[in-house]
Order: sequence, then structure tokens, then C-alpha cells
Amino acid sequence: MNLPPEIDKARRQIETHAREYGLDFYDVVFEVLDYDQLNEVAAYGGFPTRYPHWRFGMEYEELSKTYSYGLSKIYELVVNTNPVYAYLMKANATVEQKLVMAHVFGHADFFKNNLWFSKTNRRMIDIMANHATRVRQHIDRYGVEAVEDFIDACLSLENLIDYHSHFIEREEKKERTVPGAEDEEETVEVPRLKSKRYMETYINPPAFMEEQKAKIAERRKRKRMLPEEPKRDVLQFLLEHAPLENWERDILAMVRDEAYYFAPQAMTKIANEGWAAYWHSVIMTQRALTDSEVIDFADHHSGTLAMSPGRINPYKIGIELFRDVEDRWNKGKFGKDYDDCDDREVRKRWDRKLGLGRQKIFEVRKIYNDVMFIDAFMTEEFCERLKLYVYGHDTRTGRPVIVSKDWRKVKERLLFSLTNLGQPIVHVVDANYGNRGELYLKHRYESVPLDLDKARDTLKNLHRIWRRPVHIETMDDERGRLLSYDGAEHKTTRL
Amino acid sequence: MTPMLRKIDRDVKRFRQIVRGVIKKEFRKYLTQGELIGRQGKHIVSIPLPQVEIPRFRFGQKEMGGVGQGEGEAGEAFEPQPGTEPGQHILEVEVSLEELAAILGEELELPRIMPRGRRTIPVEKLKYSNIRKVGPETLRHFKRTFREALKRQVATGQYDPKNPIIVPIREDRRYRSWHVREVPESNAVIILCMDVSGSMGDQQKEIVRIASFWIDTWLRSQYKNLDNVYVIHEAFAKEVDPHTFYHLRESGGTKISTAYELINQVVDTRFSPDSWNVYLFHFSDGENGDSRDTERCMEVLRDDLLPKLNLFCFGQVRSSYGGGRFKTDVEEAFPGEPKIVTCEIRDKDEIYDAIKRFLGKGL
Repeated sequence: MNLPPEIDKARRQIETHAREYGLDFYDVVFEVLDYDQLNEVAAYGGFPTRYPHWRFGMEYEELSKTYSYGLSKIYELVVNTNPVYAYLMKANATVEQKLVMAHVFGHADFFKNNLWFSKTNRRMIDIMANHATRVRQHIDRYGVEAVEDFIDACLSLENLIDYHSHFIEREEKKERTVPGAEDEEETVEVPRLKSKRYMETYINPPAFMEEQKAKIAERRKRKRMLPEEPKRDVLQFLLEHAPLENWERDILAMVRDEAYYFAPQAMTKIANEGWAAYWHSVIMTQRALTDSEVIDFADHHSGTLAMSPGRINPYKIGIELFRDVEDRWNKGKFGKDYDDCDDREVRKRWDRKLGLGRQKIFEVRKIYNDVMFIDAFMTEEFCERLKLYVYGHDTRTGRPVIVSKDWRKVKERLLFSLTNLGQPIVHVVDANYGNRGELYLKHRYESVPLDLDKARDTLKNLHRIWRRPVHIETMDDERGRLLSYDGAEHKTTRL
Repeated sequence: MTPMLRKIDRDVKRFRQIVRGVIKKEFRKYLTQGELIGRQGKHIVSIPLPQVEIPRFRFGQKEMGGVGQGEGEAGEAFEPQPGTEPGQHILEVEVSLEELAAILGEELELPRIMPRGRRTIPVEKLKYSNIRKVGPETLRHFKRTFREALKRQVATGQYDPKNPIIVPIREDRRYRSWHVREVPESNAVIILCMDVSGSMGDQQKEIVRIASFWIDTWLRSQYKNLDNVYVIHEAFAKEVDPHTFYHLRESGGTKISTAYELINQVVDTRFSPDSWNVYLFHFSDGENGDSRDTERCMEVLRDDLLPKLNLFCFGQVRSSYGGGRFKTDVEEAFPGEPKIVTCEIRDKDEIYDAIKRFLGKGL
């Protein structure tokens, strides 16, 4: 820790305040960096030890550019590890550092306690460093170009993971049965209930028997299919079944691990930022601010929460939702009585003086991710107060246009953009498509079509890994489409 | 504090290499379609390069829309704040004009230009390579000062190895100092001359614009000091600013000799051939008013202009009225003249070859 003495003193105070409010976190190690170093760390996603790859260089250039044009500035960076590492920007004024530190403790508490982070490896710094070492070894052995191309291909598919798989047993961990004699059986025997001859057609009706026969045959067929059920974790499937060299498998596994590590942060953006903003606001305004700092704090705080048309600010939505929940549970604005009340005036003045607010928001931070958070707590009053709307693009001018201010539509749209992190849901359906070992993916269509150009480029990368023709089924204009790539050319088939 | 080579520098370098590769691969497209023009700042060009990005399965953004916040009712359009345009962010990469010129040179296999020996003017340059005992504090040489103080303290017995404190006094101070060197520097001027008579349409001007951009970029990379002169002509010639040059459209007859006379004058008064490398690029549809004027052109070229020029390039742009014969006239009047390059540009695709011909001589 290389904190200047006055910042370190402030850190100790703020940490004490945070713990007194009930925040619970691993130790936080602060480092002060200048903008250039901070941009570097940010480009590596918070891990300066990551493997070499050009996209970090691209990211860094972008950050440096926007910083030097004054368009953006990173104030702080927090890394979810134990201990938590947090980087402060050297050029920040003392009051900004205090605010940022309070904010960081909020994040640290969220990282430690939120359910969606419960499976993340807190020693990720070491793991990232190991990954880097291995990538460098592969580069030494197989050359930069080959390794880089393969990493590019893997990254192209990195979002094809199952964000909930840490928490659900998707398939029974049964031993894979070797196809034995019984599977080879040609005839399918449906077990019959015992019956007298004259009752036979009533107890075992022929139509039903036929149906059962078909079902069993189908199940048999499924058993021979790979995968047995559509699989959402495409990367996992490729790891197990794609014809990869050992080093390739190693890299694919790394990319997958890192994708899973970063996933919970993307899944809790609004809740996490909202929580941190809530606590920096509480700690600063109730405890840590000195009189002379109030104006600067207010200026900075409002800057963080500013919304601009056409874009929502997760800090703002998050902090407002937490405050709203706190207020509602303080006043008892929940439950059947409240929900059934139609009188807006009564609802507005509703106050049962329960004082459950704090307790409730701590519960929220423990078990909710963004989808659940918005789904459970975004109300009509809230959307109205924050002036939220759904926008689309004018088909003629291409300009953004407000489509609706109906809170149900707003909520639906927002939830859609958060579900699966706003990305299309894709499953592996068949690894032996057409009985030719071709890989068949299926996009679960939900009224928004894929970006077809990008999809074709992605297929190319998938082919790099699968090495046999690859397909993805999707929809466009309410009609099915099959995009295929066989290693030489793209094909589109109407379904 | 900062290590000599940061880790990120390697990744940045690799990224630049990849960008360079993509630009090279699609260079012909960039070169002929002119999409880079208007994207250039003083020293950089901003190139949209979506093909560098890693593709993923994702939603088509246009249909998608999203949730926003602010005033307004349903049906109203809104102005997104600059930089926060909702929807897809397209990767744009900044490339220095110098690098772009280097790529141009590699792709077109252009030879480096050897400036003529006599066409240089000496420029005074400062070089900090001396040490003096007096000077401004900003130039103080810390290490030398320290060494002098150490030497003095050892010599006078003030140095105590157990408590090695070195205190420089006035006599110990050393300052960096400069001396003046004369460096020959070559200057160049590009004279762009365009026919704006009625037969030169927008398409023809676009070709001129694109070709000029690349000529300018290349020569700029070859000369430290580059000037531009823009001349337009129909029945009369005049010198104009770049905006007028590219946008003006006039009509009327064509008298090319007026342009050459004017250029001759400009060169004589402002760009003495003793110290300037002069390049003349003339774009026209090749229709001169009458043959007597063409004769006059050749006269001016032969007697006055050509000796002062490094290179005279004539690009005959095919217009909707067909092509003229000025190109042929020039070729017939100066067979085998190394300083003259002529070329016919029928459409945008031929800009590539035109530039290659114009600049391929290394003059």
C-alpha cells in the first residue's frame, strides 16, 4: 500500500464507518496510480498479470484516447479477490479519494456477500498469472500467430456459457453407459399391464401403446444423440468433444474460466453499482464529509449519477432502487394490503412505520442479481419518477425515438436487455448433424434477430475449433434461417 | 517508478501491427473510395475498422432499441448526447498520416524521393551536446553537478564516507549547453491545378480530390516542409483556397495556357527553384479551347516551367463528354521527357494506378 498519509488516515476512518454500518468485506488493499498506469490496469480488466493479447492493447489505446480527449476518466477500479485490490487515481482530489474509497468498500461488501459471487475464485490474480505463463509457453512453442488466432477464435465464443450452471445440476452426474446389447435391440417392447384377454383393449389401449412405443424409441434415439439435451454451455461442450490439440484445449479452458469469473460482475452491474453508490452517499454525507468538502462531493456525486437521454446509468438506477426499497420497507409499502390499494393518494401517504428498510436492502444485496432486482422492485411510481422510457429507431431517419413510457414496457425491455446479459441464448443441439459430424447450434429466438454479419464471422471461428461444418438456426422476419459455414463458404437456408 | 517497457506496450504494439495489416489488406478500397478524406486531423486519420473486432453472436442493434431516461413523450425523437449514441459502437483507430504514407509507399512500391542537392536551404538546428559552467537552472545537469561536488569534497577532504552527504556549491554546477548546426532541409511545394470548366462534373472532381489527398500524404512524408498551392482554370486561371478548389464549379471555355502562365508566375515570385522542390499536378478532361492555345501551353512548359519543376503530372479525367486530346498533345510535344508523367483516369478504380504512375518515379 502506497497511500499518502492523509489519504491513509481517511481510509482508516472510512473503513471503520463502513464496518459500523454493517458492511462486511475482506481486507482492501489500495494502490494509487497515475492515469496511465490506471488505464493499463483497466485495459487488463483489473489484472495486470494477464496473458498477452492485442485486445488489451486496443482497450488501452481506447482508454488513453478518451481520457486525453476528456471524454472519460476512470476514478477507481476494484478487483474481486481476497484481499480486494482497489486502484485510486493519483490526480483525484482528497474528497474524491474519500468518496471513491467509501464506494470501494461498498463493492467489497457486495463481492463478499452476494450469492452470485459465492462461486468465484478469490485467488483469481494467481490464476490469471498462471494463465499468462501457460499462454507464453504455448507462444514459445507454437508461435504468436497460431496461438493468437486460436485465442481470437475462443474469445469469439466466450459468451456462449451457461451463467447459472454454477448453481444448477444441469445433467445428472451419471456414469455414461457404454452402448450395450439392450441399446442395439431393434424392437421396442412396451411394458403391458396384466389383463384378462377381453379387457386388453381397455387396460392397454392400442393407441396409447403406440404412443409409448414412439416415446421410448425417441428416448433411445436421444440417448444416441450428442448432446442428449440441448446444451447451453457451448464452451464446455467444445472442450469435451471438439478435436483439439492439448494446447488448444488448455487455452479454450482458460478463456472459459475467465469468462465465468467475470460473469457475475456483468450479472449484477446495477445492484453492485447501486449498492456502492448508496454506501458512498451514506458514509460521506452522514460521517466522513467535512464542511468544506460538501460542494465538491455534491458535484462529483451528481456527476456519477447523471443520466443522459438514450442510455441508462446503472449507478443511478441502482441507488434509486435501493433507496426506494429502503423507503418502502420502512413504511411498510408492500404486501397484499398495499398492492390491493388503488388510491394513489393513500398509497403515497402510506406509512406503517415498520423500519425494516435497512434490513431489507441487506437482504437484497445478498440474494439478488440485476434481473431479479429489477423484476422484484421496479414499480410504476419508480419508472415515472425516473422518467424512464423505451426507445427505438425511426425506420426512415434512423434517429432514436421514444416508443413508449408505459412502465410495464419499460420494465420488460430492461429485463430483456439484462437477461443472459443482453445476449442471444444459444444451445448446442446436435453434434452429428446430418450424420456427418457437423455441429448444429440453435438460437432461441425472442423477437430480436441476430446480427447476421457478426453471426457469420462467429461461425467461422466456431469452425476453427470444430473443424467440421457448423450451423446456427435462427429466425429473421419471423421465418427460420439456417446459417452454415463449411470452412470455405457461407450458406443461408430458409427453413 | 515506471518500468522501462510496460507490459501493455507489447499488446499495444501487436494491436497496431494488426491494424496495419488490415489497412494494407483493404488498401485499394481505402485508396479509391476516398472514405478517409474528411476523417483526417492535422496529423492523424481516424479509420473505422469493425473488422478488427472479435465477432460474437449478438443481436442486430438497429432493431433493438433500449431503455432511456429523460423528458419527452412517446413518439418524440431525442438527441442522444455526443459520445453516448445508443447502439453499436464502431471501432475507430487513429493512424498517423506518416504511417498511412508508409503503407501507401509499401503497397504501391513507391521509391523514396531523393531531393535535389541544390534545392535545399540550410536550417539552423540546436543540439544539446555541450556542458557549461553557467546556464539556466532548467538545464542543470544533475549528474555532472553531483560529480563535480563529489570530486571537490574528496579533494578538499570534506568527504566523509560514513556520512556521505554531497553539497554542491555554485562552482560545482554544470549546465547543458547547445551548439548550432546547420542542417540542410528540403522544401517542397505541390501545385494542384484543376480544370473547372463546365465539362468537369462532381464525379471528376471527386477523383481529383482523392488523388490529391494521397499525393499530398505521400509527399508530406517525404518532405519536412510542404506547401500547397491551388489553381483553378477555365478560360482564366486563378489561385484559390483549398475549399474553393474542391467545391467550385464553373462553366465556360478552357484555356490551359492561362493556368501555366499563372503557375510560372507563382513559382517565380514565391518558390524559387533554388530552394524548393516544385511539383505540378494538373487534372483536366483534356479539352482545350483551341489548338493555338495548346501550342502556347507547350511553349510555356518547355521554356519556362519545366526547368523549374521536379515533376509535372497530367491526369486526364474522363468526363461524361468523353476525353479530350491534351494528354496526347503533351506526349507528342515531349516524347521521352522524364519529368513528365501523363495518365488517363477513367474512373475511381484507376486512381490506384494513376498514383502509382505519378509517384513511381521518385523524382
